[in-house]
Amino acid sequence: MKRLGAWAFFTFAVPVVLIIAWTIASETSDTIYFPSPIAILAVFPDTWFSGAISGDIFPSLSRLAAGFGLALIAGVGVGTLVGMLKPLRLLLEPIFELFRAVPPPVLVPIIMLVAGIGDGMKIAVIAFGCVWPILINTVAGVRGIDEVQLDTAASYRFSGRLRFVSVILPAATPQIVAGARQSLAIGIIMMVISEMFAATNGLGFNIIQFQRLFLIPEMWSGIILLGLLGVGLNAVFKIIENRLLTWHVGLHAAEK
Amino acid sequence: MNQTHDDGILKVRGLRKVYGEGSKAVEAIGHLEFTIRAGEFVCIVGPSGAGKTTFLRCLSGLLKPTEGTVILEGREVTEPPADMAVVLQEYSRSLYPWMTVAANIELPLKAVGLTKTKRKKRVTEALHSVGLSDSGKSYPWQLSGGMQQRVAIARAIAYRPRVLVMDEPFAAVDAQTRADLEDLIRNLRSELGITVLFVTHDIDESVYLGERVLILSSAPTCVLKEVKTNLPAERSQLITRALPEFASLRTEVYETIQYAKGVNYYTAQPQPENENRDEGRDKVAT
Ligand SMILES: Nc1ncnc2c1ncn2[C@@H]1O[C@H](COP(=O)(O)OP(=O)(O)O)[C@@H](O)[C@H]1O
Ligand SMILES: [Mg+2]
Repeated sequence: MKRLGAWAFFTFAVPVVLIIAWTIASETSDTIYFPSPIAILAVFPDTWFSGAISGDIFPSLSRLAAGFGLALIAGVGVGTLVGMLKPLRLLLEPIFELFRAVPPPVLVPIIMLVAGIGDGMKIAVIAFGCVWPILINTVAGVRGIDEVQLDTAASYRFSGRLRFVSVILPAATPQIVAGARQSLAIGIIMMVISEMFAATNGLGFNIIQFQRLFLIPEMWSGIILLGLLGVGLNAVFKIIENRLLTWHVGLHAAEK
Repeated sequence: MNQTHDDGILKVRGLRKVYGEGSKAVEAIGHLEFTIRAGEFVCIVGPSGAGKTTFLRCLSGLLKPTEGTVILEGREVTEPPADMAVVLQEYSRSLYPWMTVAANIELPLKAVGLTKTKRKKRVTEALHSVGLSDSGKSYPWQLSGGMQQRVAIARAIAYRPRVLVMDEPFAAVDAQTRADLEDLIRNLRSELGITVLFVTHDIDESVYLGERVLILSSAPTCVLKEVKTNLPAERSQLITRALPEFASLRTEVYETIQYAKGVNYYTAQPQPENENRDEGRDKVAT
């Protein structure tokens, strides 16, 4: 009970203080750009719970899932090949580093030219932003596999498929997961940005729309919703990570 | 089926291995030539760095020899052979930490294409033979070094190889565990009737386990001497090791190895090279 109290205090103290400070600041000032949390909360249900869940939140999250999923498949697939084949690695690694260094949002106008302004464009933008951290981490993970583990697979004559599924992939998983975590953050950014350029629905589209229509509390409610979605997605990610990497945590604890 | 099986299940012919090229070349194996008969328990003993691991990697198809061939059951080894299981020197790294002990043992059986029921049965039997019936659901990193080594052995025997190859398998476990594992291997061998090639740097171990001991020189390796142990087939840590034959065998192996190192074994002092080594050394002395 006491520990629960301590946890609640440390988790919520700063947010509560900030919200109170924000409320006081906005109630006592007359700028309309920073509405009080009370005003934002008041518009929140009408803005997001009447049709927007299926009309905006769901399309946004589906595009994020599709883009992130594509990036995961491509990143892990290509990353494994490149990690296993040295000539390929020497050829491609500088290019990967270059692509990784380009800020993904600048690719939106280019991808728009090629892929139009539909869902395909948005998914491509998200996938393109997400793929590099996953790819580069997969290459590093595959390269770092213990030779003894590969020798064992060879001496027991594992087929290519068994070797990939049961040895290479799990061995590289800690690194792949680290890359995927970076990619998820990038993916959320790309999801919003792609919707700000050309869209008819989605969270990013709505925030821009509210801003143009001068619906300031509604606009803020969208920003807060994005923050909450980010926290939620991270929590889901954490759960998956814990399940995938129980062995990794245990192994490291055992080695100490 | 093949006539060549009768005179030896495993034949090593003119094996040589040089790592690297040019000025950086390291000749690990100079010339190895011997034959192992089906069902034999052969120990290979040699100092560290002699090229034992290199030899086993060539033998098990993990490494291509520079010259010569290894012939297993009449067929030249060019890739890891189906009838052979290898317990690598780094056994704990050879177990996959993301799988349970049972899954580790099962994986090679999946590669062979056994049905699930057969796999489960073999895993249970193998765990039982190495005394780890209760540890199937554990992860390798939850076990002690000796237990991990048992898992590696269980994985090898569940595979039912005709030839079992082990590279210094007990070098990293404590003395008591080591004695237990030595007896375990002897018993498994007589139960399964397989051929065992056991590499070690421990002289006592080689004499205790083997029916034949091949003594290797330092790199570039060749076989210095072959010793038949002729100890009773039923071996026991207390009785066998106390036999006078055991003492004379270990002395014989020890002398050979020390001779190879150029050391006088009575004073344990390095000798001037020309007294111990013969060919062409007198030129250096004069
Ligand atoms: N991959 C390698 N590249 C170059 N030299 C090696 C390699 N592996 C082993 N050697 C060398 O070959 C010799 C024999 O090594 P090794 O077979 O590991 O001996 P052992 O197992 O008897 O201790 C050593 O001198 C070692 O340094
Ligand atoms: Mg070795």
